[in-house]
Amino acid sequence: MPDLWSRLNSSLSKTRTALIERFQTLLPRDGRMKEETWEELEEILLTADVGPTVTEDLIQTIKAERVSSLDDIRTALAARLEEIMRAELPRVPTHFTPPLVILVVGVNGVGKTTSIAKLARKFRQDGQRVILAACDTFRAAAVEQLSVWANRVGAELIAHQEGSDPAAVAYDAVQAAIARRAGVLILDTAGRLQTKTNLMQELLKIRRVLGKARPDLPQETLLVLDATTGQNALSQTRLFQEAVPLTGIILAKLDGTAKGGIAVAIQKELGVPIKWLGTGEGFDDLESFEAGAFVSALLTEKE
Amino acid sequence: MLESLADKIQAALKRLRTKGKLSEADIKAALRQVRLALLEADVNFRVVKNFIGQVQEKAVGQEVLSSLTPAQQVVKIVQEELISLLGGGTSQLERSQDALNIYMIVGLQGAGKTTTAAKLARLLAKEGRRPLLVAADIYRPAAIEQLQILGEKIQTPVFAMGKQNPVAISRAAAEKARREGYDTVLIDTAGRLHIDDDMMTELIEIKAAVQPTETLLVLDALTGQDAVNAAGEFEAKLGLTGCILTKLDGDARGGAALSVRAVTGVPIKLIGVGESIEALQTFHPERLATRILGMGDVLTLIEKAQETIDADKARDLEQRLRRAEFTLDDFKEQLEEVRKLGPVDQLLGHLPGFGKIKKMPGLKIDEQELVKVGAIISSMTKEERLSPGIIDRRRKQRIAKGSGTTVQDINRLLRQFTDMKKMLKQFKRLEKKGQVPPLWGPLPY
Repeated sequence: MPDLWSRLNSSLSKTRTALIERFQTLLPRDGRMKEETWEELEEILLTADVGPTVTEDLIQTIKAERVSSLDDIRTALAARLEEIMRAELPRVPTHFTPPLVILVVGVNGVGKTTSIAKLARKFRQDGQRVILAACDTFRAAAVEQLSVWANRVGAELIAHQEGSDPAAVAYDAVQAAIARRAGVLILDTAGRLQTKTNLMQELLKIRRVLGKARPDLPQETLLVLDATTGQNALSQTRLFQEAVPLTGIILAKLDGTAKGGIAVAIQKELGVPIKWLGTGEGFDDLESFEAGAFVSALLTEKE
Repeated sequence: MLESLADKIQAALKRLRTKGKLSEADIKAALRQVRLALLEADVNFRVVKNFIGQVQEKAVGQEVLSSLTPAQQVVKIVQEELISLLGGGTSQLERSQDALNIYMIVGLQGAGKTTTAAKLARLLAKEGRRPLLVAADIYRPAAIEQLQILGEKIQTPVFAMGKQNPVAISRAAAEKARREGYDTVLIDTAGRLHIDDDMMTELIEIKAAVQPTETLLVLDALTGQDAVNAAGEFEAKLGLTGCILTKLDGDARGGAALSVRAVTGVPIKLIGVGESIEALQTFHPERLATRILGMGDVLTLIEKAQETIDADKARDLEQRLRRAEFTLDDFKEQLEEVRKLGPVDQLLGHLPGFGKIKKMPGLKIDEQELVKVGAIISSMTKEERLSPGIIDRRRKQRIAKGSGTTVQDINRLLRQFTDMKKMLKQFKRLEKKGQVPPLWGPLPY
C-alpha cells in the first residue's frame, strides 16, 4: 500500500502540517488540559469542515476519556475517527453478474464526469470492456466532454442528442452493455441541486429503467461530493439517498487545501460509506478509501 | 428542516423579563445559538469568533427597546452586524460608458464559471451592451463547445482560438472587440486550484495583457471552511474586484460569502440562483444575512411572489383565509401556487411567522409530500372537498386507490387540513383582538 500512502500523504500534507503545528502548541505545560486546548482542538475539527455537531460530540467523547497528554488526545481522536469511518464495504461488489452497472449522481460542478473517467480508466486497466452513458443531456457540451474522456481511456460511448430523455439514454446503454457483454457500464448524469424535486424524480426514472432491464441493476449508485463543500454535503447525501439508494460516495477534489472533514459527519450521521477519493487532475488520481489511512494521514506526523 | 435562529434565541432568552438591560450572561446564552447557526451555515471559524466577540460588545448593556423583546433585540443586533460585515449595501459591476469593459472570470473547478459568463453576457446584453464571450478554458474537455452552445442560446458571439495560449486568446479577443465595436468582453478562464502556481501565473499574465475592468471570482455557495483559503489566494495572487456567488438556488446557507467578504474585503456583486440563463441577480446583503441566520426573508418572497403568483387568485385566497372558509380545494391550490415559487421549506423560511408553523407536528410540509397531497385531493369528489367530514373509511379507500397513496396518507392530510383550519380560526380571533398583524399583511399583490 505504499503508493496509496504516499499519495494520501501528499494530498493531505497541508492539513497535517497545520495539525502538527497546532498540536505542538497544544502541549499542556502543567500536565492538564486547559480550556484553550479544547478550543484549539475544536478549531482544528471545525476548520476541517467536520461540522459543529460532530465536533462537539468528538470533544465530549475525548474529554470523557480523561486524557492527560497530547499523545492521549491524538490517540483518542484517531481511534474515535477511525471507528466512525470504518464502516468499510467492498469497493466494488464482489459477487455480481456482469455487466457491473454504476450510476453516478451529484450536484453541479462536483466532478462527476472527471471521476467517471478515472473510474473507467481503472476498469480498463483491469482489462474490462467499459461503456460510458451520457445521461447528462441538459448541460451544454456535456456529451462532448464525456466523449473526449471515453476516447482517452478507451471506453465506448452511448449518447443521444442534447435535450433528449436521459432515461432513454440509460435504456439504450444498458441494452448495449448486455448485448455487447461489456464488463462495466458507467452512467454519467446531469448535475442537480438536491432540492429540485423534479430533477430528483428524473434520477429515479433512470434507476427504474436500469432495474427493468435486469432487476439487480444498478449494482452501484455513487454520489460524487466536492471535498470543498461544507455542511451542505449532509443535505446532499440525505436527499440523494432518499431519491436513489446510494451505495457509496466519491470524495473529489482532495488535492486542494480543503480537508474533506465533512466525510466524517456524513459517515457518522448518515452511514453512507466513502469509497473513492479524487486526489488530483490526472486520470490516475483516484484512490480507494481506507479509513485507517485517511485518519492517520489527517492526524499523524510525517515519518 | 432547520429551526429558525430567531426561535432558538427566543428559547435561550425565554426566562428573561421583557424590560431592562441585556446582561452579559443573557447575551452569552443567545450568542451560543448564533455561533452554532453561523458554523452550520459554513461561515469560517475565525470569522465567527470575531463576529461573536463584536456582537457581544455591542449588545451588552443595551437598553431593550420597548417595541422589542430581548430576543428580538439580540436578533436585530446580530442581523445588523451581519449585514455590515457583508458589505452594507449592494455593489454594482463597474462599467464604463465609453471605454471597452473587460471582465475576467476566474475560480476553482466546478464553481460555475462558464454558466455564469453566459448569464452575465445575457444580463449586459439586455442592458443594451454588445458583449463578446471569450473561450479561454483550453484544458477542460469540451469547455469551448459549452461556451459556444451557450453563446448561441443567448445570441452572443463567442471568440475562440482552439487550444492556443489563453493569454494570446484573451489579447486577440480584446483587439477584436476594439476593432469591431464590442463594448464588453467576458473572458471565461479555466477552473484551477489556488495552490497551482503555474495555473495562477497564467491568470496573472492574462490580467496583465488585457487590463480588465473587473476580475471576478466565481464562488460556489456550497463551499465550506476552505472558501477563505481559495478566495484569499486568488485575491493575494491576482487581485479581485468582485465575487459572484453561485448555486444559491439550493438549500445552502451561503456562509462562505460572509467569510470571503470578511477575510478578503472583496465585495459580492452578483448571485446565481438557478440553472436557467436568466438566473443571475444583484446581491443584497440583508437578504443573505437573513438566509445565513435561517430567518425570514420577506423581501425576496414578495419579489418571487409578485413574479409568480396569480394576483387575483391570491387576493381571493386571502379573503377566504380571513373568513376561515378554507376548503381542501383552496388547500391544494395554495400548495400549487407555493410550489411555483421553489423549494417549500426554503419558502416557508422566508416568512418570519412561519417558523413556528413549520414546527407544528402534523403540519410538516415537505416538497415530496406535495405531489402526493395534490393527487389525493384530485381523487376526491367535489362534495368531499367541500366537506371533508363525510370522508369515511370506504371513501378513503377509494381515494387511496385513485391517487396511488395509502389510507394513512389520507388521514395525515385530513389531519393537517383540520390543524390548518384551526390555526386560521385562532388567527382570526387574535386578529379581532388586534394582537397579531394581519396574516398576509403587507404583501402588495
